[in-house]
Amino acid sequence: MTGSFFSAVFNVTRRELAGYFSTPVAWVFIVIFLVMSGVFTFYIGAFYERGIADLQPFFQFHPWLYLFLVPAIGMRLWAEERRSGTVELLLTLPITTWQAVLGKFLAAWIFIGLALDLTFPVWLTVNYLGDPDNGVILAGYIGSWLMAGGFLAIASCMSALTRNQVVAFILSVVVCFGFLLSGLPMVMNLFTGWAPQMLLDAIANFSFLVHFADISKGVIDFRDLVYFGLVMMLWLAATTLLLEMKKAD
Amino acid sequence: MNELVIDARNLCKKYGSLVAVDDLSFQVGAGEVLGFLGPNGAGKSTTMKMLTGFLAPTSGTALVNGHDIVSDSLAARRAIGYLPEGAPSYGEMTVRRFLEFVARARGFSGKNALRAAGSAIERLNLDRVPEQTIETLSKGFKRRVGLAQAIIHDPSILILDEPTDGLDPNQKHEVRHLIRDMSSEKIIVISTHLLEEVHAVCNRAMIISDGRLLVDDTPAGLIARSRYHDAVTLVVAQPERVASVLSELPQARKVELREGELTVFPAKGCKLFEVISDAIRENNWNVSELRLEAGRLDEVFRQVTQGEAA
Repeated sequence: MTGSFFSAVFNVTRRELAGYFSTPVAWVFIVIFLVMSGVFTFYIGAFYERGIADLQPFFQFHPWLYLFLVPAIGMRLWAEERRSGTVELLLTLPITTWQAVLGKFLAAWIFIGLALDLTFPVWLTVNYLGDPDNGVILAGYIGSWLMAGGFLAIASCMSALTRNQVVAFILSVVVCFGFLLSGLPMVMNLFTGWAPQMLLDAIANFSFLVHFADISKGVIDFRDLVYFGLVMMLWLAATTLLLEMKKAD
Repeated sequence: MNELVIDARNLCKKYGSLVAVDDLSFQVGAGEVLGFLGPNGAGKSTTMKMLTGFLAPTSGTALVNGHDIVSDSLAARRAIGYLPEGAPSYGEMTVRRFLEFVARARGFSGKNALRAAGSAIERLNLDRVPEQTIETLSKGFKRRVGLAQAIIHDPSILILDEPTDGLDPNQKHEVRHLIRDMSSEKIIVISTHLLEEVHAVCNRAMIISDGRLLVDDTPAGLIARSRYHDAVTLVVAQPERVASVLSELPQARKVELREGELTVFPAKGCKLFEVISDAIRENNWNVSELRLEAGRLDEVFRQVTQGEAA
């Protein structure tokens, strides 16, 4: 039964991935992602000037890059299916809504992973110039991909909320922004003074930045993995629920 | 006795305060081609969306091949091939890739999926376009792709939501032909607001309005409800004089003169055509047109759905 569960999921994933590459979406995304991460790393991150052989300047801007690029990928996940009516085709096939949600999410996540892998020249450069700790770099890549998954799960949920991709995009950016910043003073100040300490800790713990920073220092803590795993599962479960509720409109 | 294949029991669907489908019960057996008729917004599509597992009923349920659509939705869906309204499909995919995707989702794996897609392409005469992306196809071809994905797993039940809507007359003819071809081995439920469609493909018709079942009959039975059924219409030189003579006939219930055409309605159980042709011969009327009315479906439709006689 598990075999057929995943074969249904991967069938959706496969279709979706092929769909990315048969439209300009994939190429535009990859090119912009690579150019932007280059600009951030070398100009704003002062990669050369620092004189340190690591990829900190590369990874530190990923949260901000993802804030706009991941919702751009995620906005079409369900909004497009609803607009074109294919959602009715997809969800009357003998697959569950959860399988469809998971399958589409995986496709987008794998796609972002692919774009991330294509930044390998940065890794080659730093290895050519110095002697970096490649373990830390690998951890950085894993952390970056996990964070992208978190953003994407949020975008998937916002996309299920509406058939308008622009609305889905804006909502995704706003919610992602909230998750990104929830550990920073500007958000925390809203809560300190009135909220109980437990809630404050919880909100601080929601921050993508905090968890990503941990991993990209090379420390893959089990709790950070659980955190990103939970974030993804919860938002995808919410996607499933929303789809079930809003299928009729 | 026919084995029941679809058994809808008190299906209801409400959207907030709007009742889309109101306590709908019906059965469909093997060999039936059932046409859902009704004005736009009557609840035809909603009913089909519930049968195919897309929408959950607010209350009530249906059994499809013995599987409950609420508690055993996946099993029910496996028995059904469904063409949603407008035949949506993934436009950026080629016909073949799309059909292979559906085949795999329907449980075919590896070579079997390729084979299933290939045979669906053959059955729907898509052999000229399998490598074309769907968005580049004409509407008629897109509809055929939609039908191909619906029959790919050889389901015993086909549910087609407005399969000919928006097609030109040639394409309509073609799609109806395809549906008739499949009707010998499957039970088919189609929805339409085109009356001629019922005549062309169905052997049973249900008129639905405001979510309620109003009429359940054969197309012939439906047409016999028309007050024009078995009436005789003629075009003559002096219609007023002829009308007064014809209205004296004991077999005639009523004579109507409208836009130069004289229509004679039969009294209950009477046949008019021969009586009138005899009268024409005897009186030597100058008749330019004479026809026996089968009945007018659009009039029955209006009468049933609006409670008004045409």
